Amino acid sequence: MPEDEDQQQHVAAQRESSPQPPPLPRRPTTIEEEDGLRPPLTPSGSVRNFKGSPRPPLQSKATTAVSQVDVLGLSQDASPSNNQRSRSHSRQPSGRLQSRAGSDDDTASVRSVQTLAPGQSGDIESLLDDVVGAAATETDEGVEERDDAASLDTSPLQNIRDDLDESFSSEFEPVGSFEPDGSNGELLNRQWRAKLKHYLILSSAGKPIYSRHGDDQLISGTIGVVQTIISFYQGAQDTLRGFTAGDARFVILSKGHLHLLAISRLGESEAQLRAQLEALYMQILSTLTLPTMEKMFINRPSTDLRRPLQGTESLISSLADGFTRGSPATLLSALECLRIRKAHRQVIHSTLLKCRSPQLLYGLVVADGRLAAVVRPKKHSLHPGDLHLIFNMLFEADSVRAGGGENWIPLCLPGFNNTGYLYMYVSFIDPETGSPREDIEQPLDGRKRDNEIAVLLISANREAFDEMREMRDKVVDQLQANGSLAHIRRAIANGRSSCTSILNTNKADTKGADTPAPIAHFLYKSRANVQFVMPSAGPLFSSTVSWRRLISLYARLQGALHGKTTHLKVVHVVTGGASALAWTTPTFEVYVVAGPRAGKHVLAKAAMGVVQWARREEERLFVVGGAVF
Amino acid sequence: MATTGNKNINAKLVLLGDVGAGKSSLVLRFVKGQFIEFQESTIGAAFFSQTLAVNDATVKFEIWDTAGQERYHSLAPMYYRGAAAAIIVYDITNQASFERAKKWVQELQAQGNPNMVMALAGNKADLPDARKVAAEEAQAYAQENGLFFMETSAKTAANVNDVFYEIAKRLPRVQPAQNPSGMVLMDRPAERVASASCCS
Repeated sequence: MPEDEDQQQHVAAQRESSPQPPPLPRRPTTIEEEDGLRPPLTPSGSVRNFKGSPRPPLQSKATTAVSQVDVLGLSQDASPSNNQRSRSHSRQPSGRLQSRAGSDDDTASVRSVQTLAPGQSGDIESLLDDVVGAAATETDEGVEERDDAASLDTSPLQNIRDDLDESFSSEFEPVGSFEPDGSNGELLNRQWRAKLKHYLILSSAGKPIYSRHGDDQLISGTIGVVQTIISFYQGAQDTLRGFTAGDARFVILSKGHLHLLAISRLGESEAQLRAQLEALYMQILSTLTLPTMEKMFINRPSTDLRRPLQGTESLISSLADGFTRGSPATLLSALECLRIRKAHRQVIHSTLLKCRSPQLLYGLVVADGRLAAVVRPKKHSLHPGDLHLIFNMLFEADSVRAGGGENWIPLCLPGFNNTGYLYMYVSFIDPETGSPREDIEQPLDGRKRDNEIAVLLISANREAFDEMREMRDKVVDQLQANGSLAHIRRAIANGRSSCTSILNTNKADTKGADTPAPIAHFLYKSRANVQFVMPSAGPLFSSTVSWRRLISLYARLQGALHGKTTHLKVVHVVTGGASALAWTTPTFEVYVVAGPRAGKHVLAKAAMGVVQWARREEERLFVVGGAVF
Repeated sequence: MATTGNKNINAKLVLLGDVGAGKSSLVLRFVKGQFIEFQESTIGAAFFSQTLAVNDATVKFEIWDTAGQERYHSLAPMYYRGAAAAIIVYDITNQASFERAKKWVQELQAQGNPNMVMALAGNKADLPDARKVAAEEAQAYAQENGLFFMETSAKTAANVNDVFYEIAKRLPRVQPAQNPSGMVLMDRPAERVASASCCS
């Protein structure tokens, strides 16, 4: 370990004033500025008692099917001596780790394997450049665990990108319009450039289709440049996929006659941004279908797609803003479900089957923005991307919910079939009475009315509204009669569980079951179900900025697990404000985040606790298979 | 089709008109008594029911609030076939929306139920300064085509209930025997694909 404690402290201090998202290279100028600033450590002091001792071995029987897990310890550092991150790669190839504090039977078998060479190129490299530092930053145990718990009283992520507060708070403010005399052009440009995230969609002929920020006049120059750059590379038969400029990452998705561009200064990886662009593309297909759109462009390459897309800008924007705020569902490409007893879910499923109209393709009961139950044909499962579009339409955008009526919506679900339309019946019901919601509150006050239950019935027959409506009536009547609505209502009221309550249910597995959970947040994805579960955000992550920080950390872990060139099994990251671990196996992915002083063994133990809990509660947390006909 | 039963009339009513004319706002004002300044575009169509008492009967409207976008045009027959009444809405501050309204009238005359009660509503009457469509012009057009005409404001509620009330009064009291459910199968395929390409 080349870094001493002093240096570590400096790292933490730098983090605090660092305007850059962790995984991207810094601008030298910024760092020079920062070098002058060395604020003292915050109470949640991110670094103490670091020792250069090798990690102690950690060994036990894994309780999962996977017996061996590769570990790559990563932590973060920066050097004050130059304007670059210092890179100290002290990974222990095949070193064994043991949690001294951990019990003997609950920890994962973890093997540390050096999976990356220091100079390796690709996505991971830039991340490693940032995060690989003192790998062996094991802290003194004993005191440590107590401190971990204590440090969680303050925000474990508060040192990550503090300037985020300022810039992020204005992220969703609209950029104004030009004055008639164009006098405010410079101001508007400054506002536009200050946004951390941009999405631009244009046709291959260079016609603007969508921009998250700025009106046509403002973005026309940018569109022109983007179009020129993309077509330059296309002319050379070498499609441009993305590039990095300073702290901004540009990712381009070219699909047929469309170019979609994401510009991010939030530190997301190329693959993550690409997935976001794919979702925006799916939203466009969902409105038009692929053949229709293709036909428009073939008939007239200069087609202005904004006209046929008219009215869906708000759907695209709400998707885009969801990504910018931070969406675990998109990050994990998975769906979140309502936690409900297995038997209760079975009752809902059998009710749906019993009331099923022959015209029905898919039927869903959604509560609190989460899936409660699904009925589907044997041959078809639902694509998470499609569900995400539907959930966005119903719960994020106001179009449907604000109306307060019943809705009959033609939409294409591109994951299911991108060539044709399905027809979706949507009815929001009052969880108290089970009757269709009569009174709509003002929906535009910015507050989400999440306590609603929605019944979605999807048919391939455009004339099936009456049948779907009849089915809704039957379903709701029976759900009311058999108590299911009450169960759903209770599940909504209970909300997501806290980390503490989840980990303390593993009484046998945790020492000191009454103590607060050693971790602040986690994500668990069941690969088989393509669903995920997370705890309540709690006070730590209730603000948009702290939530964004958390998601940025998850994005970084996810990026490391699913790199372009390497697939890691375990990633451990220590930032100035948090310590986090991600672990992937063929059956699940789990991400845990704790305070900065939490050692790897603490995280590994918590991760195991989450996994055990999720496995035990699988049929409550996830909709396993759904009702099939 | 409007159906009677003991002076209870069920009537399917459809709102048609250009994007942003204020169809959803009119319905919201009539059904919920509310107005939202920045009403989002309707996606697909929304269905409401609302009962109205007129002198001699109780009319239960089954209201289809359709989306105005061109891409939904091919679905429109599904909503107006079998409808007892239609409100064609335009925005008095937007000449193009009036022209679109005329197109809807033509389409209903050609393909809709011949007994349909049709109303022409010039919405946004609270914005006289921005007016582009003269009330006289619309009135004359309505008379020629056998519609009744009113200028409305969903924002101030002016004339909104009156339009529905007037329709309720004009609904035929004796029903021709026809499919009461109102959902009539279409006699032509009217593929969305085909119609969507014409707006490119």
